[in-house]
Amino acid sequence: MAKYLLLKHYRGGPAAVNDVPMEKWTPEEISAHIKYMNDFAARLEESGEFVSGDALAPEGAWVRYDGEGRPPVTDGPFPETKDLIAGWMIIDVDSYERAVELAGELSAAPGAGGKPIHEWLELRPFLHMPPTVTE
Amino acid sequence: MTLAQAGLRELTPAVLAILVRRGADFAAAEDAVQDALVEALRVWPDDPPRDPKGWLITVAWRRFLDVARADAARRRREDLVDQEPPAGPATFTDDTLQLYFLCAHPSLTPASAVALTLRAVGGLTTRQIADAYLVPEATMAQRISRAKRTVAGVRLDRPGDVATVLRVLYLVFNEGYTGDVDLATEAIRLTRRLATAIDHPEVAGLLALMLLHHARRAARTAPDGSLVPLAEQDRDRWDTTMISEGVAILQTALSRDRLGEFQAQAAIAALHADAPTADETDWVQIVEWYDELVQLTGNPVARLNRAVAVGEADGAHAGLAALAELDATLPRHTAAAAYLHEKAGDHNQAAQMYAVAARQATNLAERDHLTRQAARLNARDSRPPDS
Repeated sequence: MAKYLLLKHYRGGPAAVNDVPMEKWTPEEISAHIKYMNDFAARLEESGEFVSGDALAPEGAWVRYDGEGRPPVTDGPFPETKDLIAGWMIIDVDSYERAVELAGELSAAPGAGGKPIHEWLELRPFLHMPPTVTE
Repeated sequence: MTLAQAGLRELTPAVLAILVRRGADFAAAEDAVQDALVEALRVWPDDPPRDPKGWLITVAWRRFLDVARADAARRRREDLVDQEPPAGPATFTDDTLQLYFLCAHPSLTPASAVALTLRAVGGLTTRQIADAYLVPEATMAQRISRAKRTVAGVRLDRPGDVATVLRVLYLVFNEGYTGDVDLATEAIRLTRRLATAIDHPEVAGLLALMLLHHARRAARTAPDGSLVPLAEQDRDRWDTTMISEGVAILQTALSRDRLGEFQAQAAIAALHADAPTADETDWVQIVEWYDELVQLTGNPVARLNRAVAVGEADGAHAGLAALAELDATLPRHTAAAAYLHEKAGDHNQAAQMYAVAARQATNLAERDHLTRQAARLNARDSRPPDS
């Protein structure tokens, strides 16, 4: 088994095919979208492939060290041009092919007009797997 | 008191296997055994049984019958139980052996087979297995119950495939150490038990391989967790008792003249373990064993390792020539090429290739190791010669 991170972006990734901002959806469309995501997570839990998942607030800041005795620097609450992560899910699957299959399934969540968003999801393997013994 | 402290873990697989042989389906038997274990932990501290295994069998069997009777839908299974001949004095090993085969059944995915083996044969708790594989307990519980459902209809009437069982145990071994359970040690324990139950040279080969690798574990990482390559390992930290045991088991297996991939791999590990210093490694013989391994498995990773061994036995250029015949997209191909280029004195090329290999690495320890290799060569080039 290998773990993968599925990243959803508010922005920074390529635009979705069905790219309508969520606030322009109907309440029913929003509910259908959320239900799809919850059902997806529940199915993965049932199949023994779910590790964790959560959503992040759209507001974020960049922070860095600014020298001894000084407070860290932030670049304000509106990092306009930057990549923003909307949420993630961590899965533990038998193969890369399975990870791609699941990412495709998650990307098919319904959006405006009840049609799949075709949103781009970022798929990243974890590096913390123990090394196989080969000497 | 824990399961391990009470000595219950050792008894679990035998008790489970007896219930299954008496006709209980696997999932129901497993539930009944778990109930009996909980009962044992409650009762035993004040009232220890004279025959712990007999006690567990009686309580688990009674528990299974209670549940089966209470459940009308299970009437059919009850009939089956009634028809089953009374339990004879079957040996411990027979029953446990069948459990190994059931838990490694080909209808299971490797991940499910691993989880079920650790639970049913190893007697680990779901939480321990979940911790070891870094997944939530609920996820691991689902994985195990799906696996139990998958093998629910399988009857233990004929021996399964030893090779499948060995692959599962090897997967467990390679997971190493993460939670409070050391999976490498657990894999050795389970393989050792399998070796007492079944007379098969490849079981012995796998046990020898595990022991020979495990004996070198303390030397394989530095205190900060970074990898120490074989040539730089402090050989005083190798566990010589474990090495002798591995070598002895391997020699007995090899004398049977039924070579398999695990025996061949163990032979290579034994040649490494046998060398007093890295320079005294018998690379010529190692190449010969890799030839056997390639012939047995056709495994591309074995071909890659063979090319590195050729580099040691016949020089870096011979190694690079052997490597050139292989698919360059193989995992660790670039890392092997980097190593052989450095050995050939081509430091710039080696540094570049180490950096590329680091980006391709699939685990953290390996990536950090390869990045350090690149940094080491780059630092050497940029430093004035007299410093």
